[in-house]
Amino acid sequence: MPEEKVRILIAKPGLDGHDRGAKIIARALKEAGFEVIYTGLHQTPEQIVNAAIQEDVDAIGLSILSGAHNTLMPAVIKLLREKGADDIIVFGGGIIPDDDIPFLKSQGVAEIFTPGTPVSETIEWVKKHVKPRHKRK
Amino acid sequence: MDDIERIKKAKKEWEEKILKPHIEKHPERMERFSTISDHEIKEIYTPEDIADLDYMRDLGFPGEYPFTRGIYPNMYRGRLWTMRQFAGFGTAVETNQRYHYLLQQGQTGLSVAFDMPTIMGVDSDDPRATGEVGKCGVAIDTLADMETLFKGIPLDKVTTSMTINAPAAILWAMYIVVAEKQGVPSNKIGGTIQNDILKEYIAQKSWIYPPEPSMRIIRDIVAYASEHVPRWNTISISGYHIREAGSTAVQELAFTIMDGISYVDYFTREGLDVDSFAPRLSFFFDAHMDFFEEIAKFRAARRMWAKIMKERFKAKNPASWLMRFHTQTAGCSLTAQQPYNNIIRTAIEALSAVLGGTQSLHTNSMDETYALPTEEAVTIALRTQQIIAYESGIPNTIDPLGGSYFIEKLTNEMEEKAWEYINKIEEMGGMLRAIELGYPQKEIQDAAYHYQLQVEKGEKIIVGVNKYVIDEDVPIPILKIPDDLEKKQKERLAKVKRDRNNAKVKEALKLLREAAEDYSENLMPYIINAVREYATEGEIINTLKEAFGEYRDPAYF
Amino acid sequence: MDSSLIEKILSGDDVATARALRMIDDELPEAREILKKIYPYTGKAHIIGITGAPGAGKSTLVSKLIELYRKKSLKVGVIAVDPTSPFTGGAILGDRIRMQSHSTDPEVFIRSVATRGHLGGLSKSAWEMVKVLDAMGKEKIIVETVGVGQDEVEIIGLAHTSVVVLVPGLGDDIQAIKAGILEIADIFVVNKADRPEANRLVKEIEFMLEMAGIKDKEWQPPVIKTIATKGEGIEELAVAIDNHFEYLKKSGKLKEKIRMQLEKEFENTITSLIKEKIYRKIQEKMESLISKMENGEVDPITLGEKITRELLKEEEK
Repeated sequence: MPEEKVRILIAKPGLDGHDRGAKIIARALKEAGFEVIYTGLHQTPEQIVNAAIQEDVDAIGLSILSGAHNTLMPAVIKLLREKGADDIIVFGGGIIPDDDIPFLKSQGVAEIFTPGTPVSETIEWVKKHVKPRHKRK
Repeated sequence: MDDIERIKKAKKEWEEKILKPHIEKHPERMERFSTISDHEIKEIYTPEDIADLDYMRDLGFPGEYPFTRGIYPNMYRGRLWTMRQFAGFGTAVETNQRYHYLLQQGQTGLSVAFDMPTIMGVDSDDPRATGEVGKCGVAIDTLADMETLFKGIPLDKVTTSMTINAPAAILWAMYIVVAEKQGVPSNKIGGTIQNDILKEYIAQKSWIYPPEPSMRIIRDIVAYASEHVPRWNTISISGYHIREAGSTAVQELAFTIMDGISYVDYFTREGLDVDSFAPRLSFFFDAHMDFFEEIAKFRAARRMWAKIMKERFKAKNPASWLMRFHTQTAGCSLTAQQPYNNIIRTAIEALSAVLGGTQSLHTNSMDETYALPTEEAVTIALRTQQIIAYESGIPNTIDPLGGSYFIEKLTNEMEEKAWEYINKIEEMGGMLRAIELGYPQKEIQDAAYHYQLQVEKGEKIIVGVNKYVIDEDVPIPILKIPDDLEKKQKERLAKVKRDRNNAKVKEALKLLREAAEDYSENLMPYIINAVREYATEGEIINTLKEAFGEYRDPAYF
Repeated sequence: MDSSLIEKILSGDDVATARALRMIDDELPEAREILKKIYPYTGKAHIIGITGAPGAGKSTLVSKLIELYRKKSLKVGVIAVDPTSPFTGGAILGDRIRMQSHSTDPEVFIRSVATRGHLGGLSKSAWEMVKVLDAMGKEKIIVETVGVGQDEVEIIGLAHTSVVVLVPGLGDDIQAIKAGILEIADIFVVNKADRPEANRLVKEIEFMLEMAGIKDKEWQPPVIKTIATKGEGIEELAVAIDNHFEYLKKSGKLKEKIRMQLEKEFENTITSLIKEKIYRKIQEKMESLISKMENGEVDPITLGEKITRELLKEEEK
C-alpha cells in the first residue's frame, strides 16, 4: 500500500574530495530505510539547491571539511529561501569548530554533527526531525 | 624440522593443559582479536608460524635485496629520518613566516600544504574558491606567490615537498623558476611533488582531467626531471589518502603498489628506460594506530617493491629497487574529543613508522580535527619525533623487531593478501580499468563502513569517543584563519594581473594549448614558459582543460 | 486540489512539478486529481528509454544526450530509476551525479526514483511521472532504467524509443542478447567503443539481429558506437532516436503504442482503485484475517474471493 518515504539529499559542497563521511552517512541512511539522493563531489550551492528542489527532498545533509562551512551553508539556505523551498531542513557535518555552531544555527542550519559523532546519532536525529514536507503542516 | 615438530607438539599441549583451563577461569576480553583493519590475530606466535622463512631470501641485510630490514646499510645510525612537517595557510606571506620558524626549530625539510582552490586548479578570484582561500593550506595563484613563499630560504640548502597532484606540473614549474631567480640551477634543487593522480581517482578525489591526459602530464614531468632536475622525486606514490578514506592496511599496501606498477608500466611503454626514472619514485604511507600491523606493512612494502622492480621490470640499477617512503601519522585516528590524547596517538604511530624504517616523517598535531595546527601544537608534534630520535634509543639498531615471530608472520600475511588484490586488479586489466569499474573505491568504502559499524557496536574502542567519554569544552586553542585573507589574496592576484605583460601571457597559453594537442610533445617547457610570464594557475589549468576535458565523480556505492 | 499547482506545472515550474511527482510516488489520493487535470496537456513529448547493465555508462550517455538536446533548445526531462533495497526499503539514488552539469539549467528537470519493490526495471510511478514532465512542457523525456536484471522489459511499454546500451568486454554481450534484450531494442549502443573488443561486439549484435529475422522487418535497429565520456557518437545516436520516432509516426506504430498505453493506464487505475478500496475496508480486520488463514480456517484464495465479492455487491447497491 502507499508508502511515504523520507527523501534526503546528501551533498558535498566545496572543492575538497573528502567524501568518506558523506558516503558513510548516505549508506547508513539507506540502511535505515531512507531514500538518499547523492549528488557527488564539488557541488556549488546552486547545484545543491536545484537538485534538492527537483528531487523534492525533505532535508539536505551537507558535508564540509574544507573550512568553508561559514560561507557555503548560509549560501545554501539563502538560495532555498529565494526559491521558496525553505521548508527543506538543512543539517551538516564535518570539521566544524564549536565556536562556529551558534552562527550556523542562527543562519538556519538545523543541526551540526562534529567529528566523532556516532552515525547512529545522526540517523536518530534525522528520524526524529525529518518528516515528509507535504505532511508537516 | 625436528625442532618445529617439537614446538608444534608442545604448543598443542600448552593449549590443552595450560591455556584452555586458564581461559575457562579467566575468560578473554573479546571473542575475536583483530587489528584495526580487522585482520585476525592469534594469542601467540611461535617458530611454527615462520617455519618457511628463509632469512637470506626473505629478509637479508639492510641495504641489500629484498630490503625487508631497511633500504640503507646502517639506517638511522648514519642519518636520522627527515623530520618534515607539512605546513601552509593563508597567503604566502604568513606561510613564509611559519617556514622560517620551523627551520629555526630544527626541522630539516619543508613541506608545502596548498589550499583547496590551488589543489583543484581554481584561482583565488574564482567564485568557486569563495570561503576556501587559504583555509586548508597556502593560496598560490601565480609565480609571485611562490616567490614570496620561499623568500629568504635558499633553495639549494633545503629540500621541499609539495603536496600537489592534478596541477603538480604548474606548481613545480613555479618552484623551478623561483630557484632560477635565486640563482640556483634546476639540477641543484631537490624535493618531492606528490603528483600521484591514480590515488586521486581511488581515494582523495582531487582530480581535474580524465585519467589518460593526467598520465601523460605525469610522463612529461618524469621525463623532464630525468633530464633537467635529477634530484627531484617526481612521484610520491601515496597510500596515505587511500588509508584515510577508510581502507584497511592491506588495501593501502596493495593499491599503492599497484599504482606504482601502473606508473612504471606506463612510462616504460612510453619509451622511458626504467632505470632513468625509477630511482626518483618515492612512496608515502599512513601510520595508523595498530602498531604491529603498520610495522609489518612497511616491511612488506619494501620487499614487494624490490621484487617487482627487479624481477618484473628488470631494473638493473639497485637504486631502482629501493622503496623510499615518507610517512604521516593517521589524521583519521585523531579525535575531537579530549584532544590531548592525540599527542599519545601520534607518538605511537610515529614509533611504528620509525620501527618500519621510514625515510621521512610528518607527525600530526593534536588540534587537527578542528583546524590547521597552531604553532604550539606543531611544536609538540615535532618534539615527539625528536624525543623518539634522541631519547628512546630506538634508532640505534636496525629493524629491532626483525625476527619476531609475530612481526615476520604478519609481514608475510600482509604481503600475501596484497598480492591477492594485485592479481585481481591485473586480471581486471590493470588499475585504470579497475578504477573505471569502481573496484578499489568500493573496496575502500566497504572497509570504512565496516570499521564504522565496529566502532558503533563497541567492537573497536576509541578512547574518549565510545569509551571513557567525558563532558568537556574544547580545552585547546584553535587556529583561526582571518576571513580578510581571502580579500588580501585577491588583491595580490589583481595586482599581478595588472603588472604582467598580458600579450605575452596570451601567447604562452596559446603555445601550451597547441602542445597539449600533440601527445608526443613534453608540456613542461610550455608550462614553465607560461608560469614565467605570471600566467595564473587557473589560466593554465583552463587552457589544458580545453584540450583534455574534465573528469567527473563516478561515485560508486 | 489546489488549482494553482496545476497551473504552475503547466507553466513549467520546478517546485510544483517536483511536488506532484512526490505525490505520485507516494501514491497519495491527490495524485490522481493532478493526473486528471494535466491529462489533456500530455502526449506531446518523445519518450526515450535507456537500458543496459550497470557500468555500461547509461547516465553519462544520458548526460551527453541532454547536452545535445539543449544545444537544439529542446526542453528535457529525465527519470532515473535506481533499486530499492529489499531488506531495508532504503535506496541510494546516484544517477544525478553524472548529470550534474545540467542541474542549474532551468529547462532540464531530473528526477531520481527508487523502484520501491516494483520489478521490471522501472518504478510503479514512472508512467505517471512521465505524464507530468510531458505536461510541464518537456519535449524529450529520457527514462533510465535500473539496469540490474535482464528482465527490464517494461521500458518497451513506457518509451516510444528504447535504447539498449552494451559495453565490450563486460561479458554481458552474447548473454544479454540471448536474454531477450534483442526484442527490447529499437536502437543498440555499443558504448566505450574505443575498447579493442568493440567491433566484435557490433558484429555479434548484427549477426544476432539477422538470426532473429529482425533485420527483415520495417525498422532495423541500428547499432551505434559511442564513447560517452568524450561525447563521441552522441550526434549519431540522437539522429537514430529521431529517425525511430519518425518511423513510429509514419508507420502507425505510434498509434498502436498509445493504444496499448491507454489500455495499461486504464487497467492500472482500476486495479489500484479496487485494491485501495478493499484494503481500506479490511484494514482493521487485517490481523484477524491473517490469523484465520494461519489457523487453517480459510485459504487465501477463498478469502480473497469472498471479500472482493462482498465489495462489488456493496457497490451495486
